[in-house]
Amino acid sequence: MKEKSMACVLSQAELAPGIFDLWLQTGMAANAKPGQFIGVYPKNASTLLPRPISICEVNEDKTALRIVYRVAGAGTAEFSGLKEGDRVAILGTLGNGFPLEAGKGKKCFLMGGGIGVPPILQLSKELAAEKSIFLGYRDGALFLKEDFEKYGNVFVATEDGSNGTKGNVMDAIAASGLEADVIYACGPMPMLRAIKRYAQEKGIQAYISLEEHMACGVGACLGCVVKTKEVDHHSHVHNARICTDGPVFEAKEVEI
Amino acid sequence: MNTEVNLAGITLKNPVMTGSGTFGSGMEYGEFVDLNCLGAVVTKGVANVPWPGNPTPRVAEVYGGMLNAIGLQNPGIDVFMERDIPFLKQYDTKIIVNVCGKSVEDYLEVVDKLGEEPAVAMLEINVSCPNVKEGAIAFGQKADALYNITSQIKKHAKQPIIMKLSPNVTDITEMARAAEAAGADALSLINTITGMKIDIHRRKFALANKTGGMSGPAIKPIAVRMVYQTAQAVKIPIIGMGGIADAEDAIEFLLAGATAVSVGAMNFVNPYATVEVIKGIEDYMSKYNVEKLTDLIGAVRE
Ligand SMILES: Cc1cc2nc3c(=O)[nH]c(=O)nc-3n(C[C@H](O)[C@H](O)[C@H](O)COP(=O)(O)OP(=O)(O)OC[C@H]3O[C@@H](n4cnc5c(N)ncnc54)[C@H](O)[C@@H]3O)c2cc1C
Ligand SMILES: Cc1cc2nc3c(=O)[nH]c(=O)nc-3n(C[C@H](O)[C@H](O)[C@H](O)COP(=O)(O)O)c2cc1C
Ligand code: FES
Repeated sequence: MKEKSMACVLSQAELAPGIFDLWLQTGMAANAKPGQFIGVYPKNASTLLPRPISICEVNEDKTALRIVYRVAGAGTAEFSGLKEGDRVAILGTLGNGFPLEAGKGKKCFLMGGGIGVPPILQLSKELAAEKSIFLGYRDGALFLKEDFEKYGNVFVATEDGSNGTKGNVMDAIAASGLEADVIYACGPMPMLRAIKRYAQEKGIQAYISLEEHMACGVGACLGCVVKTKEVDHHSHVHNARICTDGPVFEAKEVEI
Repeated sequence: MNTEVNLAGITLKNPVMTGSGTFGSGMEYGEFVDLNCLGAVVTKGVANVPWPGNPTPRVAEVYGGMLNAIGLQNPGIDVFMERDIPFLKQYDTKIIVNVCGKSVEDYLEVVDKLGEEPAVAMLEINVSCPNVKEGAIAFGQKADALYNITSQIKKHAKQPIIMKLSPNVTDITEMARAAEAAGADALSLINTITGMKIDIHRRKFALANKTGGMSGPAIKPIAVRMVYQTAQAVKIPIIGMGGIADAEDAIEFLLAGATAVSVGAMNFVNPYATVEVIKGIEDYMSKYNVEKLTDLIGAVRE
């Protein structure tokens, strides 16, 4: 069941310049799945729409959600000022999440690029598989890396070469010499396109989390579509709604 | 207290409905609100065949509102009648189907098919979508074209027809009179106002379609003014919309002359908005000892 309700801020910290880590106490945590997201509402009435932010982590007793976000504009700038005890309206839980069955017991690559790193954390906690985790950053201002180390082998790529492999996550895969049966990924579009090509060449499954500007977040407005290979079951055209049919799609099903 | 209103012979239990395109066919928001509470559900525009709509980005936030250029993506009337109508039939609310097309023939095909479905209470004819290149808005911006399409649809329609007017015209009353003269049973207004947003950092249009329709609280004063002017110009009932967020906004439209109101983009901001508006209208009625909701309609004059 989706709902809009008030969450209570448990803590907020800045992990790297402009990257914030926010823990929210909310009943939505009880059923949250890795790869799902919430809509966070700014208070300012001139910025009305909920901001889609991925669930980064769910706490042990499933009473709180962690989100990690980059300040990108007015809404996220407002959120960065939230303090312990503040209340914030959220909509959730939204989207389908990563399919855990697909990779169960197999060799999996878990890949996050930039602000696509956060949703991979809860996935790496819940996925029961042989996990190699590839994290791509712009520079040496890494975030969440230590959080991942408990759950698998972590490989880092930085664009400026200041940490790990110089380049992107695809370069890090090449450098590792590893192979996988299933890939899970979230990150910028060029990275997702490269993963789609890679999965196709290797003949393996890849599940990628997509991003689009959204209004409703619940599947009603048709604002957030992605082109699909087959006619979509809901729309009856080659469009699926990222907010409800996604954000996670099997790479071969979407035209990106 | 009586909240019923009569819309061209159709009795609604209260005047609150949903803005076409902002509520799907009710399934999605059925998780948040009890659809049985609504006066009517107005569905997303449906054409004779499936339409893929526009490329993305299709939505952008603007100050106090949003722009959309969905391009009337819809699954086509056949799927709609097999899936969406049976879903809505389960609820004790009126079903109003919004119809779109690129030619008069497209509209008539949909209108004819819907004529066979008695569960559909009314048809809302969208001649005012600013986001599709051909047809649609062309019918809604010239009085003679609007007269022509309205009279042709009226000949075919088995249900009362609501013509949905565009605010992107010089004189809304001229359009309203043309629709009334052609036999429209009711009017709804306003559709979105054409707008544009530019992303100054990327130096690109925020929407792939460049322009989009603006909706949300920022357009409300324009909508209230147009509803008021139209109410002075025609005798047929008006469904008022444009930025309604709460009961106070809805009451403003009723006082300006609307018989019913639609909540549109604010569903995205507050998924409970429709039922909160209904509750708020009731509270207002008891506070001011209003027996019948109809006493509020057009109650503000010189
Ligand atoms: C499914 C999903 C999950 C996401 N998860 C995260 C996350 O975990 N961490 C994170 O930092 N960011 C995430 N994003 C991106 C995040 O939604 C935007 O950065 C944020 O909405 C920007 O809001 P703003 O008000 O600060 O920026 P503005 O530019 O002021 O926002 C204006 C409008 O554009 C929308 N918008 C702007 N950028 C984006 C974008 N990239 N994607 C979608 N809508 C956008 C906003 O929601 C708002 O409606 C995610 C996006 C999606 C679709
Ligand atoms: C995302 C979106 C989709 C819409 N789709 C339609 C549509 O299919 N047909 C139509 O007649 N109006 C459509 N509209 C217009 C609304 O029904 C309404 O007239 C307008 O948005 C003004 O009301 P609001 O400010 O309450 O949203 C759409 C509006 C939005 C925001
Ligand atoms: S944001 Fe409205 S359908 Fe996805």
